[in-house]
Amino acid sequence: MSFVEYGDTIQEGDTAIVFLGHESMFPVKVQHGSKTQTKTQILYSTDISLITMMLELKPGSIVCESGTGSGSLSHAIIRTVAPTGHLYTVEFHQQRAEKAVEEFREHKVEHLVTVKNQDVCKNGFGVSNVADAVFLDIPSPWEAIGHAKSALKVEGGRFCSFSPCIEQVQRTCLALEEHGFTEINTLEILLRVYNVRTISLQIPDLGKAAEDNSNPGFDSSNQANQGVLCGSQQQGTIQFKSGVPLREMVGHTGYLTFATKSLL
Amino acid sequence: MGARGRLSAPAQCGRWPEGARGCTRCLQPAAVRVMEGSTGPGVRIREGDCAVLKRDEVFKAVPILKRRKVIFEKQWFYLDNAIGHIYGTTFEVTSGGSLQPKKEMEEPTTETKEAGTDNRNIVDDGKSQKLTHDDIKALKDKGIKGQEIVQQLIENSTTFRDKTEFAQDKYIKKKKKKYEAVITIVKPSTRILSTMYYAREPGKINHLRYDTLAQMLTLGNIRAGNKMIVMETCAGLVLGAVMERMGGYGSIIQMYPQGGPVRAATSSFGFPASFFNSLYEFPLSKVDSLLSGTFSIETLPSESEDNIPAEEESNGSLDEKPASIQETEEESTTEAAMESNQTEEQETMDLAAEDTENKESKEKGNKENIREKQRKQQERRKKLAEAAALLKEKNADGLIVAGRFHPTPLLLSLLEFVAPSRPFVVYCQYKEPLLECYTKLREKGGVINLKLSETWLRNYQVLPDRSHPKLTMSGGGGYLLSGITVAMDKGKSDAGSLEAEKTEEPTSKKRKLEELHS
Repeated sequence: MSFVEYGDTIQEGDTAIVFLGHESMFPVKVQHGSKTQTKTQILYSTDISLITMMLELKPGSIVCESGTGSGSLSHAIIRTVAPTGHLYTVEFHQQRAEKAVEEFREHKVEHLVTVKNQDVCKNGFGVSNVADAVFLDIPSPWEAIGHAKSALKVEGGRFCSFSPCIEQVQRTCLALEEHGFTEINTLEILLRVYNVRTISLQIPDLGKAAEDNSNPGFDSSNQANQGVLCGSQQQGTIQFKSGVPLREMVGHTGYLTFATKSLL
Repeated sequence: MGARGRLSAPAQCGRWPEGARGCTRCLQPAAVRVMEGSTGPGVRIREGDCAVLKRDEVFKAVPILKRRKVIFEKQWFYLDNAIGHIYGTTFEVTSGGSLQPKKEMEEPTTETKEAGTDNRNIVDDGKSQKLTHDDIKALKDKGIKGQEIVQQLIENSTTFRDKTEFAQDKYIKKKKKKYEAVITIVKPSTRILSTMYYAREPGKINHLRYDTLAQMLTLGNIRAGNKMIVMETCAGLVLGAVMERMGGYGSIIQMYPQGGPVRAATSSFGFPASFFNSLYEFPLSKVDSLLSGTFSIETLPSESEDNIPAEEESNGSLDEKPASIQETEEESTTEAAMESNQTEEQETMDLAAEDTENKESKEKGNKENIREKQRKQQERRKKLAEAAALLKEKNADGLIVAGRFHPTPLLLSLLEFVAPSRPFVVYCQYKEPLLECYTKLREKGGVINLKLSETWLRNYQVLPDRSHPKLTMSGGGGYLLSGITVAMDKGKSDAGSLEAEKTEEPTSKKRKLEELHS
């Protein structure tokens, strides 16, 4: 199947995803005689989701992006704006730009994207007043605000800049204000994943009182504890299902700054 | 529509419809696109449009109707003057309630402001402002512009000069927010409507925060050409978001509970009528019979009457659809009752409208009425049969569930209609039901890559030397369970049992092995 359309069967030339188990998925090129190649992917899927919605992307949208980088956001954008939209992506690193062109062709989406190898801060996106949205993931986004503004349609559009450092964000917000952007808003989004686990906790042995009622405070036979009693009353365990957070989680990817260009 | 209800309207080469640059397959150039009735750039506000009023971070969805009083942010006005202007224009409310486009005004150049260094000598006794409530009201009544009032307040504040520059800045911003009432009229979008609902009426959307909705759309790979199954009780917001991302291509089957599909929020998006041609609905109460093969269109005589989709009735009476767009904050616990009540209200209003039209020839009118009703019923049954047929193919490209019902039974049945190797996403306000859902799905098999997650969202204030996260943040935006369907042959697939091993808490030995591998 191509990137922008589902298919029913695996075809020669497809890129399929192999699932080996929890946390273990990787892409594989379906080709006679090719060995499996593992590629590293920088996927900020969480960020991509928010960017897509906040830039109001949908079929038919025209988007300008820089830098292309690994192309993960580029692919997400292409998938969203298909079949009638277009992505203009600018990458100043020549090899990366060439790699991107190759990949888009492999994934059969070259008709939806134009790659330019230039410096967006100096030469802009190569188009003017056509974009519904502009996205920047570059070291000095404040230098490209002017170009972003001219790439956006006259009647307005949405803007987003992704920066890891707060200092970059500060400069970008200032530049946005100076260029007359409105609705300037900076936020960050983090993903928390939970593992579903069946947990067993032991019931402590608090000794036995003289009377029958051993544990008046903790009625271990009471199902309302949401647990399942296992084993004997004394050294038993209670089982329950829990959504356990991971030991470590991503604490920061980058700050997302959004803004609107409008007529007034 | 194609065999699978996919991409419609073939172009020159029969592939994609003409896009901005022409057919994207055979590269035939496009005809020049002419914007209806507009001169110059931008889309113009027209009567009947679904628009959104915006003031700072506050939104309100309204239909653009003439001679209709609108309340927004403690102000009353008419929208008549907005018609013809471009979306994105900012207006001021003049005395009398009419809108005037805001003129680009020069910010009064803040002459080298006198400012203090810190607040050690500033006493907050509430007496530093010399203008009284009455004075300010008098100014407002005279028609003095908001900017002037703010200026007056600054001049009459005894402590202003002593405040630090930052404090002065903050003071001015606060007063501007209160007295300079400007309203921008914008086009609706998922971003705007989901933010609006979360802020104004989270109860209606099961507290689905907008970033969680954004995750659902991406995790579910919602895009043009899909055949989606959507089951939601979020006033139609999720449905609208899905429709926006599909752009009118492909098809959607909305599953609905008792009372009919609610599409109050969906109408606020202002989609063109063509989008609704490939939108179907199907009652949950018939899912079992459809799965067991005992479903037949004949077994629904009176159902088609009360299950009229809410959006049908709302065309003339959007402004009367108040509960979704009211100023008052209502955390409705009886959402279902409210929603179906509205459908009834709208029905009676629509019928009332129909009645006044037929005043002249009453008898003739009645006959026409009945014929019209019958025709509509026929149409509904036809669409229902189409929906059933689409579902029976069991090849949907994805499933989205977001509602007040317990997700487990929904997923277990509705996944039957989804093709293998397709994503599904379930939203739940609470975590625990998703834990159970996860477990049951594992037992059943046929799914991989199950993931239970939530997102944290934090807003920042970014100002020179004053950047920091904002004071409050949302405590929770709900949880998501997502996964991918796989083909199930010969009972439980191997992948299912592989996963089952991992749900037990790993012993230290297992953990060591895992660490070696990663």
